[in-house]
Amino acid sequence: MEAVLAIAIGALAGSGVWLLLRPRTFQVIIGLTLISYAVNLFIFSIGGLRVGADPVLGAATDPSRYSDPLPQALVLTAIVIGFATTALFLVVLLTSRGLAGNDHVDGEDGTP
Amino acid sequence: MNGALAIAPILIPLIVAAIQVSLGIRFRRLRTSLSFLSCLALVAVAAMLMMSASSGEGTTLVYNLGDWPARFAIVLVVDRLSALMLLLTAVLALAVMPYALGRWQRMGPHFQPLVQLLLVGYNGAFLTGDLFNLFVFFEVLLAASYGLALHGSGARRVGAGLHYIAINLTASMLFLIGVGLIFGVTGTLNMAVLAHLIPGLTGTPRALMHAGAALLGLTFLIKAAVWPVGFWLPRTYSAAIPPVAALFAAMTKLGIYVILRLSLLLFGVDAGAASAHFGSDWLLWLGIITLAVGSIGMLGARELGKLAAYCVLVSSGTLLGAVALHSPGVTAGALAYLVISVLGIAAFFLLVGLVVPREVPEGTAQLEPYDPAVDALFAAEDERRVTSPSPVVILAVCFLACGLLLAGLPPLSGFLAKFALLAPMLGHGTGATLLFALTIAAGLCTMIAMARAGIQIFWADSDREFPRVEPGETVSVVSLLGICLVLTLVVAAPWNYLSATARQIHAPEHYIQAVMGQATGTRP
Repeated sequence: MEAVLAIAIGALAGSGVWLLLRPRTFQVIIGLTLISYAVNLFIFSIGGLRVGADPVLGAATDPSRYSDPLPQALVLTAIVIGFATTALFLVVLLTSRGLAGNDHVDGEDGTP
Repeated sequence: MNGALAIAPILIPLIVAAIQVSLGIRFRRLRTSLSFLSCLALVAVAAMLMMSASSGEGTTLVYNLGDWPARFAIVLVVDRLSALMLLLTAVLALAVMPYALGRWQRMGPHFQPLVQLLLVGYNGAFLTGDLFNLFVFFEVLLAASYGLALHGSGARRVGAGLHYIAINLTASMLFLIGVGLIFGVTGTLNMAVLAHLIPGLTGTPRALMHAGAALLGLTFLIKAAVWPVGFWLPRTYSAAIPPVAALFAAMTKLGIYVILRLSLLLFGVDAGAASAHFGSDWLLWLGIITLAVGSIGMLGARELGKLAAYCVLVSSGTLLGAVALHSPGVTAGALAYLVISVLGIAAFFLLVGLVVPREVPEGTAQLEPYDPAVDALFAAEDERRVTSPSPVVILAVCFLACGLLLAGLPPLSGFLAKFALLAPMLGHGTGATLLFALTIAAGLCTMIAMARAGIQIFWADSDREFPRVEPGETVSVVSLLGICLVLTLVVAAPWNYLSATARQIHAPEHYIQAVMGQATGTRP
């Protein structure tokens, strides 16, 4: 399972970086979104991967039988913040499209 | 001293921003007075925190949110360094506030609440004792700064803002990966607990810890606009309206603050042979290159705003190099330089806004290339009658003062700060010697660039139309420079405080004990 997750994170991050370096604003925002998926998955996995383990301590007090709840709390915060900033970036992207008349990241297309 | 005071610098602007947003855009005067009250309260609270932090050599105030033990809880830590940064930011915000009263805040609907949220981000980042909250407060700061950078709109600001946001979103992702790595290795994000655990790490965990710390460092280097990840700064800062650029002057210093804090806390002498001074060679050389790039940029700047922005790069480079030397004497000088450069650069950004004619729609002050033929024209005009309306005289004097402060020439406090920084720097190896020489050379470059700009603005073009200067704008500039003047005359007390600060952060065991003591100790 670790290998699958690692490949997924790598693929998301790789495509994200490639898109981030593209000249169109839409590609940039999709790239940022993919990278943030990759990062969120990464944070989610840092507590170790378990199947079917309870997240919250119950009557039994052996902590090794439980998954670490903290990465889940961290990733929730990161998702919320990433979502909000991406939405804000989308607004700026649209404004830039409106003001510059094209969707190049520098506001000027090579072609007139 | 009650520990709960430590959370006031976060709560005050947060509550004020909430009220201001819910008031809507109608009650402009009420919103402005609320901002003033908030800034005044922040200065007062920061001064109180500073007094309590400086009552002894190792006094560190720790506040556990929700009264959970520090291993689990979110902690706020006030030591001398964070109190200093809090006071600096609060004073900066209070001084910039009158400037924005007139035309600037009317350029968009939500200037005041955004400034308050920016202060929440600053104060939270200075106070927090764990890495994840550092991330959260960074995001609060950045979200507010996106809004402020775009304040006033226009194609130029939106274009610069687009790059700024994209770069900072990417940097935040790096931050999260670094935080993830560190948490995966150590199971904690509390800085003090981390500092306690690092000496015990070996093999792969230590390598992963270093990788995580390097990613975190990269994030803060992006914020501090260090070469080669600082190209976003000149464009963004020169496109932003002057009061916003002045408030942003402290943002690069936040990056430096975090690097200073983490490198001394996590990778100080106690971190073990393999981890001590991790990355400090890199920081030193990056600082040197940034300093050189900033100096060249300053000489080449065609626009007054860009000139001010390159001053920010120069100060970032100098500070980063000085911080990397890990020597208490140099750190104390660096802190003095930090304070003066934040105030001086903020005043310079504000001045730039005042000498730009209002007719220029996008707010850019151009500097013309030098043309010897023009000199001949002026030779004939030397006899002409000179009229100097008083606001222009004030502006010119302030410009001169800014130049002296930023270049580090006597008699103003810029010289004292630079002297305090340079004097202990020699004898730390070739890198430090190069940094020493370049800092002096950067002072010369600053002086040349400022003199060139000053001559063009105030002397060469006698028909230049200065925009009408509103009283609040003069108050802001004069008070920022006035603080620097006071710091020239009253030297002993601030300097003692700064030296004690440097000693305190170079002995992180106080910090660790203060936080860990809370972790294991009694709950009241």
